[in-house]
Amino acid sequence: MLTALIIMAGIALVLGAALGYAAIRFKVEGDPLVEKIDAILPQTQCGQCSYPGCKPYAEAIAKGEADINQCPPGGDEGVRKLADLLGREYKPLSEEHGVEKPKSVALIDEQTCIGCTLCIQACPVDAIVGAAKQMHTVVEPLCTGCELCLAPCPVDCITMVPVPETVQTWKWKYPVIEIRNVA
Amino acid sequence: MISRLFSFRGGIKPDAHKNESAEQSIQRAPLPAALVVPLRQSTRATARCVVSVGDKVLKGQRIGEPEGGLSTAVHAPTSGTVTEVGLFPLAHPSGLDTRCVVIEPDGEDRWIELKPFDYHSASRQQALNQLRDCGIVGLGGATFPSHIKLGKGSGIDTLILNGAECEPWITCDDRLMRERAADILSGATILRELIGARELIIGVEDNKPQAIAAMREAAASREAGIRVVPVPSLYPAGGEKQLIRVLTGVEIPYGKLAGEFGIQCFNVGTAHAVYRALAHGEPLVSRVVTLTGNVERPGNYEVLIGTPITHLLSLCRPRPDTDRTLMGGPMMGFALPRLDVPVVKGTNCIISASPALFPPPPPEQPCIRCGECARACPAELQPFELYWFSRAKNFGKAQEYKLFDCIECGCCAYVCPAHIPLVDYYRFAKSEIWAREREKAAADQARDRFEFRNFRQEREKEEKAAKLAAKAAETRAKLADTSATPADAATPPAGETAEDPKKALIAAALARAKAQKAAAQPKNTEALSPETEAEIAEIEARRKRAQESANTSASPSERTPETGA
Amino acid sequence: MIHSPYIRKPASIQRVMFTVLLALTPGIAAYVWQIGAGILVNLLIATVTALVAEALILRLRKRPVAIAIGDLSAVVTAWLVALAFPPVVPWWLTVIAVSIAIIAVKHLYGGLGQNPFNPAMAAYCTMIVAYPSLMSQWPAAGGIDFSTQLNLILGGVRELDAITGATALDTLRTGLRADGTVGSVMQAGVFGLAGGRGWEWIAGGYLLGGLFLLATRTITWHLPVGFLAGLASTAALFWIFHPDQFASPLFHLASGGAMLAAFFIVTDPVSGATTPRGKLIFAAGVGLIAYLIRAFGAYPEGIAFAVLLMNICVPLIDMKTQPSVFGHRGNGK
Repeated sequence: MLTALIIMAGIALVLGAALGYAAIRFKVEGDPLVEKIDAILPQTQCGQCSYPGCKPYAEAIAKGEADINQCPPGGDEGVRKLADLLGREYKPLSEEHGVEKPKSVALIDEQTCIGCTLCIQACPVDAIVGAAKQMHTVVEPLCTGCELCLAPCPVDCITMVPVPETVQTWKWKYPVIEIRNVA
Repeated sequence: MISRLFSFRGGIKPDAHKNESAEQSIQRAPLPAALVVPLRQSTRATARCVVSVGDKVLKGQRIGEPEGGLSTAVHAPTSGTVTEVGLFPLAHPSGLDTRCVVIEPDGEDRWIELKPFDYHSASRQQALNQLRDCGIVGLGGATFPSHIKLGKGSGIDTLILNGAECEPWITCDDRLMRERAADILSGATILRELIGARELIIGVEDNKPQAIAAMREAAASREAGIRVVPVPSLYPAGGEKQLIRVLTGVEIPYGKLAGEFGIQCFNVGTAHAVYRALAHGEPLVSRVVTLTGNVERPGNYEVLIGTPITHLLSLCRPRPDTDRTLMGGPMMGFALPRLDVPVVKGTNCIISASPALFPPPPPEQPCIRCGECARACPAELQPFELYWFSRAKNFGKAQEYKLFDCIECGCCAYVCPAHIPLVDYYRFAKSEIWAREREKAAADQARDRFEFRNFRQEREKEEKAAKLAAKAAETRAKLADTSATPADAATPPAGETAEDPKKALIAAALARAKAQKAAAQPKNTEALSPETEAEIAEIEARRKRAQESANTSASPSERTPETGA
Repeated sequence: MIHSPYIRKPASIQRVMFTVLLALTPGIAAYVWQIGAGILVNLLIATVTALVAEALILRLRKRPVAIAIGDLSAVVTAWLVALAFPPVVPWWLTVIAVSIAIIAVKHLYGGLGQNPFNPAMAAYCTMIVAYPSLMSQWPAAGGIDFSTQLNLILGGVRELDAITGATALDTLRTGLRADGTVGSVMQAGVFGLAGGRGWEWIAGGYLLGGLFLLATRTITWHLPVGFLAGLASTAALFWIFHPDQFASPLFHLASGGAMLAAFFIVTDPVSGATTPRGKLIFAAGVGLIAYLIRAFGAYPEGIAFAVLLMNICVPLIDMKTQPSVFGHRGNGK
């Protein structure tokens, strides 16, 4: 009886010590969760999630204040990745925050632009260049397609143009497996 | 000189099918009604068009200017008139469009005045520029610009000429070696000089005895140090890495260039083009293409770049049961999505395919992990593991198992008893990984730019607040000075002192607004990266051009009547 | 749209499986010659059960039936079950065993190519645990005629001990436990030149078939060599020090299911290791565990358990033995 007790106590001690050591040895510094969530978000900084940018949304998710399905540019795949990371249930994109669209970039109709700089101020990634009373233009590779410049434009000269597929961006499709049904 | 051959693991021995076209000497293909010359002639780079509709061009006249590091010049393949510049489908599995120049030949095929290039007295850089300006790219199929591949030109010990031509059906390099061995060798010795190599090895698969004999004969009359080495016929012995392994024993891993191991490898066709470019100043406007497969008259033709495939098919006459047309060999080529696409510099073979010659694969069955693919893989990968990971879209694991070492030679799919299109899975996984990397890079850039913008706005706010505070303090001090005397005379009402700073603030705000109005600068013109500045400059230039072209209609001032700023 | 390569070797799973079946025929012929034609009845029962079970489960899983039946993989499993079992087991036992192999072990894990365990061996283990006495009745060579065998298989009265006995492995084991020595025990009639009398010829038949598989490149040498070396070297280790207590390596190689296992069971690609080094480790592990069970365990034959135990280790073995890739061998040469 006594031996059994001693053995059990001994095991408890050893395991406790091991756990304690592991807690110190493998201590996780900081809160990498926000960074991990932010890495999944598409960085369009569009604010469709109702947060002012991707990072604040990531923080809100980490705190449990926001749901994982509020990011339309991230799309279905983004929700799945977030669900995966956070161990939550997948849910479809919430409609109140918008729908997933093909990747587009803003295009300023240079004939109509009056050079008001309002879009320049609205652009979250400084992808529009121009000066007051000068025509503005969008630096295409920098544009994230957030559409934040559309609303401020007083003459509605900005349109969203889908990015066309080129030989460089063309992708091989997932091989289709034919399954002939029994019937 | 000891010539010990090495071997690579794996490989397959498919039916060679070279006899169909190997005995047909190279003929000049007749001029088509129109040539469609893509401006994208080398990997990942498109040349800038320098001709416009209606221009008369001569054969060899430059129509595309190299733009960017990987770009090479593009030339008119014959003399004639430019009838169109626009988007046309490219010979690519995607069938997507690319910018092309359409030339209607005048039938004279008149060369532009060629200036021979004196490569003996020219500097290395001049020679490389000449290659770029002559549009020389790798003719083995990859179309990698030769002037880039020639690199630094130091530390290269061995130059290898790839005449293996291991893919079934293709005979264009075989014919080229038989008929133009001397020119190929001249090109090779120029290349050897350019990279400073000591040794020159020409690797030819041993199923081409005549080509080997022709090359040996040509080599015998030249200085020593040239070896023509027959290599065992085992697909993919003509893969660059495999050929280097067989000839030198060196294995080039993925992500490394052969040059880092003191070896450089060029296709025999490229060597021929280099000779034409450097000895005669002739740009690359044609190449040898094998027309074979299910055709009445297989052959090898000297074809102008831009010749539509349909025109070539009229030469070889495909039989009625032809159901597809392949570009390249049957192992690594692709079925053309449409036939009106033009021949490009990487086009080595056009195969008319029939269900009898290239039967459709039997239905796919489950992988039983038999390991046939692993035994056939020349990269010594575990293809079935890559298949499982790619299929499950587990790309991280696929990369861990060295997906990118796969050269897509097709050996695994060739031997697979379950008829799984293995290479399709790898191509899918690779392009998906590339797309994700592109997206990730874009997202990282956007994040950085967003964070910098926030930082800048914060800083501007702080600066403004500081300026404001300073101004307010100044005004207050001034007020204190002027009101010093009256304050002595009588005690001012309590409300006045409270009002004065407020007034001062308003005044300051007005002043600030005035100052701002005077310098109505958009906020993001400061602290720009050099790239953005370059962009702006470019946009300015474009705008100027646009204005010049539109200056007849409306003056810029008329177009911007009201401003909100 | 079909992409390259546009040419393929005329290979198919069906062809692979057919080669395996063909390679089994010398062993079956020896079986019929030495033991009796009853095995053919068992093979037939097993084959029919396997095909029916496969068709049934494929239909339930809504998968194409014809291609999967045609690949002959179910037939291979059925034959291995029949050959691993005693030849006079009642028909229902074979039916249950094959159904377990096909439905539970193969298809519940996702069908061909997905099962982590060897179906035939998993069925064997289930049956030897569930029906230990029925699974231990092995007729001696030439012991019973075909009609008796048929009667036993089709459910006649089982007067078991009168007609069937223990195998050589079983006899050795019982004898050694009763304080005999290898030399004295081996005087019994069940022992032949190298293994069990009569059974050693069947083992020879399997060996012949195995060499055919090697010659046709259906299997690589790693698995049989690894298994036989694992079994023989462990046996040799004990035999050298205590030849009275432990049988010779040759005996172990020639008796029980060693030859069948070496060429037809550990070579199952689906549930086994796939890398060259992994194959050696996997097969040697099976040989080692099989010997330990034979010599010290509760069962006279331990190959089936050994295979299942090593099946569990396969993902780890494969992961840890990935061969180096072209160009990644460190020295660049």
